[in-house]
Amino acid sequence: MNRVAVALCAALALAGLGASAGLVLPARWRSAAVGAATVAAGVAGAVAGAAAVSGTGWQVRVAGLLPLAGVTLAVDALAGWFLLLVGGVAAVVGVYTVGYTGRTGRGPAARGALALLPLFVAAMLLVPVAGSVSTFLLAWELMAVTSLLLVLSEHRHSPAVRTAGLWYAAMTQAGFVVILLGLAWLAAAVGGESFAAVRAGAAELSPLVSSGVFLLCMAGFASKAGAVPLHPWLPRAHAEAPSHVSALMSAAMVKLGVYGIVRVAFDLLGGGPRWWWLLLGAVGAVSALYGILQAAVATDLKRLLAFSTSENIGLILLGLAAAGLLAAAGQLAGAGAALAAAFLHTANHAGFKALLFCGAGSVLHATGTRDLDQLGGLSRRMPVTTGLVTVGALGAAALPPGNGFVSEWLLLQALLHQVPAGGTVLTIAAPVAVAVVALTAGVGVATFVKALGTGFLARPRSAAAAAAIESPPTMLAGMGLAAAVCTGLAVVPTVAAPALDRIATGLRVESAPLHGSGIDLRLAGIASSISPLWIAVGVVGIAVGFAAVARAAGRPRRRARAWDCGDGPLTARMEYTATSFAEPLQRVFEDVLAPEQDVDVTHSAESAYLVRAVEYRRRLPDRVESRLYRPVIVAADAVGRAACRLATGSVHRYLAYMLTALVAVLVAGVLR
Amino acid sequence: MSAAWIMAVAQAVLVAAVAPLLVGFTRAVRARLEGRAGGRLVQPWRDLGKQLRKEPLIPADAGMFFTAAPAVLMATSVLVATAAPYLSTRGPLSAGVDLIVVVGLLLLGTAALALAGLDTGTAFGGMGASREMTIAALVEPTLLLSVFALSTRVGSTNLGAIVAAGVSDQARILTPASALAAAALAIATLAEAGRLPVDNPATHLELTMVHEAMVLEYSGRDLALVEWASAMRLTILLGLLANLFVPWGVATSLHPGSVALAAVVFLGKLGVLGGLLAVGEVFAAKLRLFRVPELLAGSFVLGLLAVITSAVLA
Repeated sequence: MNRVAVALCAALALAGLGASAGLVLPARWRSAAVGAATVAAGVAGAVAGAAAVSGTGWQVRVAGLLPLAGVTLAVDALAGWFLLLVGGVAAVVGVYTVGYTGRTGRGPAARGALALLPLFVAAMLLVPVAGSVSTFLLAWELMAVTSLLLVLSEHRHSPAVRTAGLWYAAMTQAGFVVILLGLAWLAAAVGGESFAAVRAGAAELSPLVSSGVFLLCMAGFASKAGAVPLHPWLPRAHAEAPSHVSALMSAAMVKLGVYGIVRVAFDLLGGGPRWWWLLLGAVGAVSALYGILQAAVATDLKRLLAFSTSENIGLILLGLAAAGLLAAAGQLAGAGAALAAAFLHTANHAGFKALLFCGAGSVLHATGTRDLDQLGGLSRRMPVTTGLVTVGALGAAALPPGNGFVSEWLLLQALLHQVPAGGTVLTIAAPVAVAVVALTAGVGVATFVKALGTGFLARPRSAAAAAAIESPPTMLAGMGLAAAVCTGLAVVPTVAAPALDRIATGLRVESAPLHGSGIDLRLAGIASSISPLWIAVGVVGIAVGFAAVARAAGRPRRRARAWDCGDGPLTARMEYTATSFAEPLQRVFEDVLAPEQDVDVTHSAESAYLVRAVEYRRRLPDRVESRLYRPVIVAADAVGRAACRLATGSVHRYLAYMLTALVAVLVAGVLR
Repeated sequence: MSAAWIMAVAQAVLVAAVAPLLVGFTRAVRARLEGRAGGRLVQPWRDLGKQLRKEPLIPADAGMFFTAAPAVLMATSVLVATAAPYLSTRGPLSAGVDLIVVVGLLLLGTAALALAGLDTGTAFGGMGASREMTIAALVEPTLLLSVFALSTRVGSTNLGAIVAAGVSDQARILTPASALAAAALAIATLAEAGRLPVDNPATHLELTMVHEAMVLEYSGRDLALVEWASAMRLTILLGLLANLFVPWGVATSLHPGSVALAAVVFLGKLGVLGGLLAVGEVFAAKLRLFRVPELLAGSFVLGLLAVITSAVLA
C-alpha cells in the first residue's frame, strides 16, 4: 500500500473512532474527543492529499463492499487538491470545535450532533476520491445527509433552523437527483460506470449527450456550490447551522461542488464547446455580483459571510469558465493561468472563510447575537479574535497583502491578456468579466469594512456586546491556525505551484501555469509578475517604521472626548450602524436589490406639525428567491392541494384507480 | 544598495517632499483665480510641522485601528511612490508591484482610513467611511478597465514595461484608445484623490464632506501623517496619469543624468496637471453624493470603450 492509501484509511478509521467516541463518552469528554478525532482525521486526509498532489496516485476496487457495483476509489492530483483542502479545513475546525461546543452536552454538543461531525468530514473526504459513478453518488449523498443533520442540530433553538433545514434538504436532494440523472446518462452512454471507462469513452459521445450531461451536472453541482440562482439554501443553512458546521460547509463542502464541475466538465467530458463556458461564466458573474451586493447590505454577520461565499464561488466559476473558453480557443497559457486562479481561490477562500465563520461563531458565543446593528466595541473586549478576523477580512476583501488578492490578481491576468487573437466573443467577454471582478472586489472591500468596522470597533450597541469576553484558547487556536494558513498563502503562493502544475497537466491545459522563486510569482506565457512577499514586507515594514518615527518625533497621545458638537457625551445610538453604512450602496443598486422600506411618522395629538415618533423599517428580501422560487413553491403547493382531493380515504375510489391503471396498462400492452 | 534602489528611494523622497508643495500650488492657483491672495507655496509644509508639535488626541472609544490607520495609509503611499516609474522605468520593484497592485494598495489605504473613521464611534466618522467606501467600490471597475486598456498594448501589467513601451514607441500612445483610457482614468483619479466634483477637500460642511468626515477626529502627529499621505496620494495619482499617457522624459536607464532630467520633467508635468486641476476646480461645483455614481458610470463606459477600441485596432 502506498502513502495515499495508508493516510486515507487512517483518516476514515479516525473519523469512525471519533463518531463512536461522540456516541459513548460522557458530555465532559465528548467535545474534546470528537475535536481531537476530527483534527486527526483532517490531518490524515491532508497528508493523503499532499501525497496525491505531489504525484502519488492510487486506485482500488473493492467488489464485495457494496452490492451490484462495488466501491471504486481513484486518487489523482485533482482529487488530492480537494483532499488537502477538506483535510486542512477539518483540522482547523476540529480544534475550534472543542471550545465552541463546550461541555454542556446540549445543542451542537449533543451526542448525535458531535458524532456526526467526523462522519461529515469522512464523507467529504470520500467525495473527491470516488472513482466511479456509483461510489461518487454514494459519497455525495452521505455528505448531503450528514451535513443536513448537522444544520439541524439546534432545531429546538428556533424555527428559523427548521426552515433552513427544509430549504437545504429540498435543494440538496433536487441537486442530487439532477446529478444522478446526468451521471447515469453518461455512464449508460459510454457503457461503463468507472471514471476511467467514462473518460475513455467520452470522445465518442454525441454532442447532445455530452451537452445534456454537462447541463444536468452543472445545475446539480452549482446548487451545491451556492451559485446564483441556485443559492437560496445557502444564506439560511450557513446562518442557522452551528458556526463550526458553517465553517466546514462554507470552506470545504461548497468547494466539492466546484470539484464536481471540474471533474465532469474538464476531466470526464474532456472540455466542450464555447457556449458551455459562456454559460458557466455568466452564472459565475451573476453569482459574484449578486452575492456581494446582498452581502454588502446584510446585517446578519453569518448571512453576510454566506452571501460572500456565493460571491467567491462566482469568482471561482468565472476562472473555470475562462479556463474552458481559452482552452477551447487554443490559448493554453491563459487557460492555465485561469485554472490556477480558480484553484488557488478555492484554497484561499477555504482559509479565510473558515477563519471568518469561526470568528462569527466566537462573536455569537460571546454575545449571543449575529446582528451587526447590535454589536460593536469587541476590539477591546476580544482583541485576539478581532485581530484574527482582521486577517480573514483582509483576505476576503481581496486587498494586498491578503491571500484573496493573489488569486484575484491571477484571474485578472488571465482575463487581461487574451484579447488580440481571441475573436469577437473573447473581445467582448473579457472586459465585461474584468469589470465584474473589479466591481465585486470594490463592493467586497466595502462589505468587509462594514463587517469589521460596525461589528468590532468603537462602542458596543447593546448590553450583550458590552458584556463580551474573549473566547477560550482552543477556539483562538483553531482560528490562529487558519490565520497562519491564510498568511502563508498570501505571502508565498508559489508553494502551490507544483500541485497546480500536476492538476493542469491532468486537465490538458498549459502545464506549470505558475512558477517563480519563493519571492516572485510569475506566469507561464504572460509577462506580468508580482512579489507578494515584498508587498507584505513593504506595507508592514513601512507602516511600523512611520509609526515608530512619529511616536519618537511627536508628543504622546491623550484620550479625550470625541467631538460631539458640545452636546453631551455621544451614545451608541449615534454611531453609524451596519444598516446606515450600507445605505448609499443600497441606494445606488436599488434596482437590483429592490429594498422594501417603510417610514411611519406618528404626530403629536396637539398639532400635526409636531412629530412624536418616527419608525423606520427596512426589509431586503432575496429577490431571486421571491421571484423565482416563490411561484414554484406556490404552484407545487396548489398541485398538492388539488391532488389531495383525489385521495379521500374511500377504499372504493382507490380500487377504481387501480382498476383504471390496470386497464390502461393492458390497453397499452395490446396496442403496442 | 544598488543604483536601482537608490533611485527608488530618491523617487519616494521626491514624491514625499513635493506632495505638500503640489497641494500648496493648487491652492495658490485657485486663490489667484478666485481673486484672493491665498497662502504661500510652502504653507502645507508649515501646517505639517505645526501639527507634529501639537498633542495628538484620540477619542475615548477608539482602539488600535484608529491609531494604526495613518501609518498604514502612509505605508501604501510610500510603497507606491517607491515602485511606480516616475523617474526611471528600471525600478527595483518594477517586477514586484504592478498596476493592479497599485490599485489594490490605494484601496487598502482607503479601507484603513474608513475603518479608522468607524473606530471613532462618531456619526461623522461612520458617515465619511460609508460614503468613501461607496465611491471607492464604484471607482474600481473604471480603474481596472483602464489597466486593461493600458496593458493590452504591451502584454503586461508591469508599470515599468508599460511606460518603457510608451517611451520607445511614442506612436502607440497617440491612439483613440489611449485618449479614452486617459479620460476614464482622469475621472477615477479625481474620485480616488477626493477632489471636486466628487469631494471638496476645502469643506467641513457636514452634509457634503467625505474624506474630511473620516479624519475629523485626528489631531497632532496623526493628522500630520494623514494629511501628508493624502497629499502623496494626489501626487502619486497625478504622476501616474502623467507618466502612463505622456511618458516623455522618463529615463529608461539608471544613468544619474537622465534620472535627474526625468525628475525635472516629472515636476513640470505635476505642475501642469496640478494647475489644470486647480483651474477645473474653480469652475466645477461639487456633485450631490447620489449623482457621483452617474459620473463614475460615465467613466466606466469610457474605460470599456477604451478596451474595445484597443482590441479592435490591435
